[in-house]
Amino acid sequence: MTGQDPLLSVEAVTAGYGDATVLFDASFEVRPGEIVAIVGANGAGKTTLLSTVVGLVRPKAGRIVFRGRDLAHRPAHTRTEEGLALVPEGGRLFPFMTVEENLMLGAYAPRVRADLGRRYEEVTEIFPVLRERRAQEAGKLSGGERQMCAIARALMSRPTLLMLDEPSVGLSPLMVGRVFETVERLARSEGLTVVLVEQNVTEALEVADRAYVLDHGHVVRGGSAAALLADPEIQQTYMGV
Amino acid sequence: MADLVNVVTVGILLGGIYALVSVGLNLIFGVIRIVNFAQGEFVMLGMYGAYAGYAFLRLDPYVSLLVLLPLFFLFGAVVQRLLLAPLRNEPSMQIFATFGLLMLIENVVLALTRGTAYSVPSPVSQAGIGLFGIQVGVVRLIALAAATAAAVGLGLFLRNTMPGRAIRAVAQDRAAATLMGVDVERIYMITFGIGTALAGLAGCLLAPIYSLSPQIGTSFILPAFAVVVLGGLGSVLGAYVGGFVVGLTEALAGYYLDPALKYAVIFGVFVLVLIVRPSGLFGKVGAEEVGLRDQS
Repeated sequence: MTGQDPLLSVEAVTAGYGDATVLFDASFEVRPGEIVAIVGANGAGKTTLLSTVVGLVRPKAGRIVFRGRDLAHRPAHTRTEEGLALVPEGGRLFPFMTVEENLMLGAYAPRVRADLGRRYEEVTEIFPVLRERRAQEAGKLSGGERQMCAIARALMSRPTLLMLDEPSVGLSPLMVGRVFETVERLARSEGLTVVLVEQNVTEALEVADRAYVLDHGHVVRGGSAAALLADPEIQQTYMGV
Repeated sequence: MADLVNVVTVGILLGGIYALVSVGLNLIFGVIRIVNFAQGEFVMLGMYGAYAGYAFLRLDPYVSLLVLLPLFFLFGAVVQRLLLAPLRNEPSMQIFATFGLLMLIENVVLALTRGTAYSVPSPVSQAGIGLFGIQVGVVRLIALAAATAAAVGLGLFLRNTMPGRAIRAVAQDRAAATLMGVDVERIYMITFGIGTALAGLAGCLLAPIYSLSPQIGTSFILPAFAVVVLGGLGSVLGAYVGGFVVGLTEALAGYYLDPALKYAVIFGVFVLVLIVRPSGLFGKVGAEEVGLRDQS
């Protein structure tokens, strides 16, 4: 898995909102088939980093190279077509649409739309509960179901790279375990590459292959997840050990 | 009793017209979050379009529709692209822009027509049908049927097609829709185009009913605002049903109280609804926050 060209490489990206800069010169890379965790405290710039990768935030400087092409200045809505998918924090489902409609919108990109029916079957195979909830408004799902639905919606576009922003927020410990387990299973069985952004540092490092630590908008550490997990400094700062 | 039947019939027919104007207004508001003050002028332009078709080509207004609807759709899309899209980061300026458009259109038409009142005849203009012992104009029944067809058609489009779902997705969460691959600016153009085409449709249907004047837009936009608040911001069904509520209120108040009081009564109900049920009769509670949140 190592030694290949990176699938995604974020190179010296500086980004923010208006005059406020949130990310400074941030770089990281993701190789095919990896699970990469990006951890850091609340407000470290993790969400901004993902938003920049998917194009919702325009970088002020730097490159976002995905499969060898710089996407930094291409419009956000074209990223799904390229094979990038983001599960935003809280899921951001369309609350007044049914679960089924949410999933259908996941296959909006022309690349996958023709194949919508088959993909719907495949994805709801992974999340059988969504079949039962098919006609329910997404806004009325429980927290765990909502997260499952959001992941399923992202999978509808047959992404190459799946990014998840704080998938554990607001879930019970049992549900958190289930979400991480699902992510790991998807990566291992479907050959999906995953970027996992988490405040829940221990769990994230346990499922990840490699990880980066973001602090006040700077990438301060990077390396194998196991090494970071064992690092006393990381333990002290982020795990309350 | 005969009076009541008569008044209710008038109210329902009027309601159909209000519904038609309001559905487009509400769609634009629900999706783009713009209160389009010029919607009434688009109706007025539709009426003059029907007149032009009649004056230059001897076309029946119901035939002119076939040409005018696509033209109005394009006009709306262009207004969105050239006027409103550049102001996307200044939502209150967008509203002023539609107000500017209102004044511009009204005064251009005023200058061109020099204030002459026109009317557009259709072979069915004078025809009536006896219903419940009263005479009902065929042109009014056509407007009612068309309003119903437009509302039902739009509802089906929004619910059952991918572009329709994309429009609803943008209304509910722009950023999430972008993540799905939806081009939000394009959806705005389509939405404004549909809203404008609905106003054009209303204008064509109204041309054989009312005598044309450049200021007539105001008499549709005011009740339409009441309809939208009553039915619930962004709801197609709400705008449709709300149209009848306002039409009936206007007819009943005009007949049993005083015609001079009809707007007072309508806007009394308007304020009351805002107090007791701000989301309207069919509005989703919290839909407002959903549509407006984030927007990074």
